[in-house]
Amino acid sequence: MLDLTYESPAPRVIAGATGDWELVIGLEVHAQVATAAKLFSGASTKFGAEPNSNVAFVDAGMPGMLPVINEGCIAQAVRTGLGLKAEINLRSAFDRKNYFYPDLPQGYQISQLYHPIVGEGEVIVDMAPGVARLVRIERIHLEQDAGKSIHDMDPAMSFVDLNRTGVALMEIVSRPDIRGPEEAAAYVLKLRQILRYLGTCDGNMQNGNLRADVNVSVCRPGDYEKYQETQDFSHLGTRCEIKNMNSMRFIQLAIDHEARRQIAILEDGGSVVQETRLYDPDKNETRSMRSKEEAHDYRYFPCPDLLPLEIDQAWVDDIAARLPELPDEKKARFVKDFGLSEYDASVLTAEAENAVYFEEVAQGRDGKLAANWVINELFGRLKKDDCAITESPVSPAQLGGIVGLISSGDISGKIAKDLFEIVYTEGGDPVEIVEKRGMKQVTDTGAIEAAVDEVIAANPAQVEKAKANPKLAGWFVGQVMKATGGKANPAAVNQIVAAKLGL
Amino acid sequence: MSIDEGTAARVAKLARIRVEEADLPALAQEFSTILGFIEQLNEVDVDGVEPMTSVTPMRLKRRDDVVTDGNQQAAVLANAPDAREGFFAVPKVVE
Repeated sequence: MLDLTYESPAPRVIAGATGDWELVIGLEVHAQVATAAKLFSGASTKFGAEPNSNVAFVDAGMPGMLPVINEGCIAQAVRTGLGLKAEINLRSAFDRKNYFYPDLPQGYQISQLYHPIVGEGEVIVDMAPGVARLVRIERIHLEQDAGKSIHDMDPAMSFVDLNRTGVALMEIVSRPDIRGPEEAAAYVLKLRQILRYLGTCDGNMQNGNLRADVNVSVCRPGDYEKYQETQDFSHLGTRCEIKNMNSMRFIQLAIDHEARRQIAILEDGGSVVQETRLYDPDKNETRSMRSKEEAHDYRYFPCPDLLPLEIDQAWVDDIAARLPELPDEKKARFVKDFGLSEYDASVLTAEAENAVYFEEVAQGRDGKLAANWVINELFGRLKKDDCAITESPVSPAQLGGIVGLISSGDISGKIAKDLFEIVYTEGGDPVEIVEKRGMKQVTDTGAIEAAVDEVIAANPAQVEKAKANPKLAGWFVGQVMKATGGKANPAAVNQIVAAKLGL
Repeated sequence: MSIDEGTAARVAKLARIRVEEADLPALAQEFSTILGFIEQLNEVDVDGVEPMTSVTPMRLKRRDDVVTDGNQQAAVLANAPDAREGFFAVPKVVE
């Protein structure tokens, strides 16, 4: 693999009344595991079903029901760990986290507090070409999701749907290595990209399939470096946790607001209380969830219904051998093999589908030209129609055909745009269309010379002016292009006009 | 270690079990006795001994990732004191 070297970005600094403050952020991302069935039951994970229809008696917490683990969920967690270059724990175990809530019929969530399935890994978070933050992953554990409570269907009642109850989640816990709101959003975006490449989570934030708890604290410049040297948290400020956010924009707003709240407290001589807070996007503020404080005694203990989870190294190796090419590697390869800029390579690898499409277009052709056409023309046109790349009316083979026609000099860039529009709206083979509609670039110098002669003969006054001021030759080029319907090779026209005018 | 009445009341509350004020001293005493027994067990030196998780050499049983259950809304809701439009209906819970 080709390594793209990078520098670390500068941390976000907020100027306070008593001096500068820096932000320290760690995230817990909950990613719904992409499987057909739930973590411990055979009920479906499908979104949008009739309420309480994707529910097994295990999920409903019926007496006497026992959980049986879904091997698909284990494989997905291992795959995710491998994708984050993390250590895989061949032995992990499940614990019960006890609390009462109507959407948790068991009265406890089965999770992995003491022995998670995945240990330390890392994510490279790209901020700009050549600038990236290395974020360490502390752990990933498997746990059950809760159900959904709906509070606005009846004034006196809450309605509970257990379809999501027991669906597998991966909780991906980062170290406090993130130093600003933008970095936090970029981290979630990168994680989402990797999960989607791996196929272990669909990353749909709107449906809540990817959501984040954000831990925020503030410190003085220099303190964070002391923490990094010693890994001693006492150098950092007291943190607050903002729960359950499912939008990149809100994550950034909430962090910014929370940091300023903490700075105001500290500069007032107060101290930050470690607590869980909720972000309110309507008021753009975070507020304390004190009501939950007392309940936050989860009395974890090993789940007596489940033996420790033991997996074989050979099984892990088999999953590792079948991992797809991941975003960082793909990006590096695009830069190296196709001569793309890091920026273009990032755009083309943002989604796996885009990368697949581009590679098909670029195969055996000019990579940079292919990248330009995919990014500028195709993406632009698809965006206009709000159309996904998988539904593109122009296939990679068709776009490749257009790129090939430009490279061979058969059509000019300008004609290519017309051709693209024809292929986009009408379909068809670009080579055939060019042939049938006479769109080929005229490179025959005889034909161009004739056209130039015609324009010169018809405009004697302009000829005199151009001889005095060679810049006016451009006017003749324009006239010739017009006369040939834009099909003349512009370079050839330039040359012939200059020669004929004796410039 | 002895458990006072306040702790006993808190444990009961966390477990959502109602305990009358008058019963707290006896409950606290019971907890203390149990913890005393645990403390006695803690005196045994178990250094280097793997915790026993099963009395038989069993591996955690797994299922394939296949949908085999569900589509039984009526059965799931059958025991609910109140259900409406396919949902469990419970007294309002809002954060």
